[in-house]
Amino acid sequence: MSLLELKDVTKRFGGLQAVGHMTFAIEKGEIFGLIGPNGAGKTTVFNVINGYYPPTEGQILFKGERIEGLEPYQICRRGLARTFQVVKPLARLTVLENVMVSAFCRTDRREEAHTMAMEATAFTEMEAWRDRLAGGLPLGMRKRLEMARALATKPELLLLDENFAGLNPAEVEKTIAIVRKIHESGVTILIIEHNMRVIMTISQRLLCMCYGEKISEGTPQEVANDPSVIEAYLGAANA
Amino acid sequence: MSRSTLLSLGGLALLAVLPAIVQNPYVLHMLVLCLLWTVLGQSWNLLGGYTGQVSFGHAAFFGIGAYTTGILVKSGLSPAAAWWGLLLGGLAAAAASAVIGWICFRLRGPYFALSVLALAEVLRLVALNWKQLTNGAEGILFIPAFNSKSAYYWIILALAALSMAAIRYVMNGKLGFYFLAIREDQDCAESLGINATKYKLISLLISAFFTGVAGSFYMNYMGFIDPGIVFSVHDISVMMILVTMLGGVATTWGPAVGATIYILMSEAFRTYLKSGHLVFFGILIIVIIIFFPQGIVGTLKETLLRRKRRLAAPSAGGPAKEAA
Repeated sequence: MSLLELKDVTKRFGGLQAVGHMTFAIEKGEIFGLIGPNGAGKTTVFNVINGYYPPTEGQILFKGERIEGLEPYQICRRGLARTFQVVKPLARLTVLENVMVSAFCRTDRREEAHTMAMEATAFTEMEAWRDRLAGGLPLGMRKRLEMARALATKPELLLLDENFAGLNPAEVEKTIAIVRKIHESGVTILIIEHNMRVIMTISQRLLCMCYGEKISEGTPQEVANDPSVIEAYLGAANA
Repeated sequence: MSRSTLLSLGGLALLAVLPAIVQNPYVLHMLVLCLLWTVLGQSWNLLGGYTGQVSFGHAAFFGIGAYTTGILVKSGLSPAAAWWGLLLGGLAAAAASAVIGWICFRLRGPYFALSVLALAEVLRLVALNWKQLTNGAEGILFIPAFNSKSAYYWIILALAALSMAAIRYVMNGKLGFYFLAIREDQDCAESLGINATKYKLISLLISAFFTGVAGSFYMNYMGFIDPGIVFSVHDISVMMILVTMLGGVATTWGPAVGATIYILMSEAFRTYLKSGHLVFFGILIIVIIIFFPQGIVGTLKETLLRRKRRLAAPSAGGPAKEAA
């Protein structure tokens, strides 16, 4: 049984088809990459999986159970967490409080939530930032806060939405290390990323979308050499 | 026990023995009003300040609390209305809030605020026209249970302390974190496992409960209510917001400070400026919004925090170093 399975998932906004007939499966323990040109519908796939939008058609199975139509908070409680491309810090709370909010997903006791938040911030190497207000963080730290918060909900599957965008090279290296560490701790990862070097290095399998449809799926090498992928990114002349 | 808890208990003890020293009924009346508005400010602050759900219609809960008590006493069902009867007013308001929340929480932000305002107005009109139940515009009149003002002072002091302690307790636990998360970003809160509709409703229930208890107390203390008083938009709903803003939104002490200043000022304005007092009150509010948007307690807190940071700055450069 796959950890996450999308079966023929379509999402339409009125007449616009943002995601069309998307079918793929993620196995436990994988790092699965989702790539595609701007506007391909990658974030919409996340929004549909996480329950933010219900799919227009199709089924989504998480641990063998259908989750389409559930609310985001229910899906989070089942062990599927996400980060946001457009970061959403709880601005007037400190970093630690932000992470405690999500730790309360697994406990009702404040002390326990505090301990879990301390762990998650340590895991993402944010110790020095714990008492800072989330609204005043630099971008790199906001992206990392997204990861710390998602981790504190103790997910089995983590959806990372462009956590590398806008980072400097040093921060990119650190974030790669953190993503690997999360993966080694037993969390399966589905990641959207534009930075090709990053996605080629860390993902074991890739799926490329264009105009809402899947155009290629396989190992990073297979996808990178697929003519339809090259055409989607660079135009027909280069394919 | 922490130092702030000890200080609060000490202050409470001082306030509790005050009627032994101050026997002037006018002064006691002012104190009762200050404490009543503290309860109201606290209630609004929980929903509007901490949970971020601004309500323009809390008079609905105040009025329901007041009318519950009024009707019970009039029909002879609640002989101890000034004591456990207060609880009934609170429960009735909380029950009504469940219905109002169920209707209005489908909406967000200004739409929520306005829909509650509309519902409060509907209730005022119902109270005005359902004469068999509410006695309509003539209102409900009964003789208060206690002759002395100090009895009411102690009741409302206990209520103010209770509402503050309860809200503080709530804000320190899981509920408090969830309320703040919903205020900051509802979509984000939901993606972190928070059932926003449920927790907004819990916040509203607690807020409406204490507002209803305050309304019930008002009926007992004043001995007279009519729909225009207890369901008033400008005298109740808007004043609850202003008291909280004046003192400091989303602070523990803001509502108490705001209530005290509001009562004293409106009394002074009324005495010295006669019918012009509302104009000056309006100007004061504009000044607060422009220059102290965080209210008195909020501004004070920020100033102290900034000073502390400045003193600590040379030694601790923590995050700045790590940024590279």
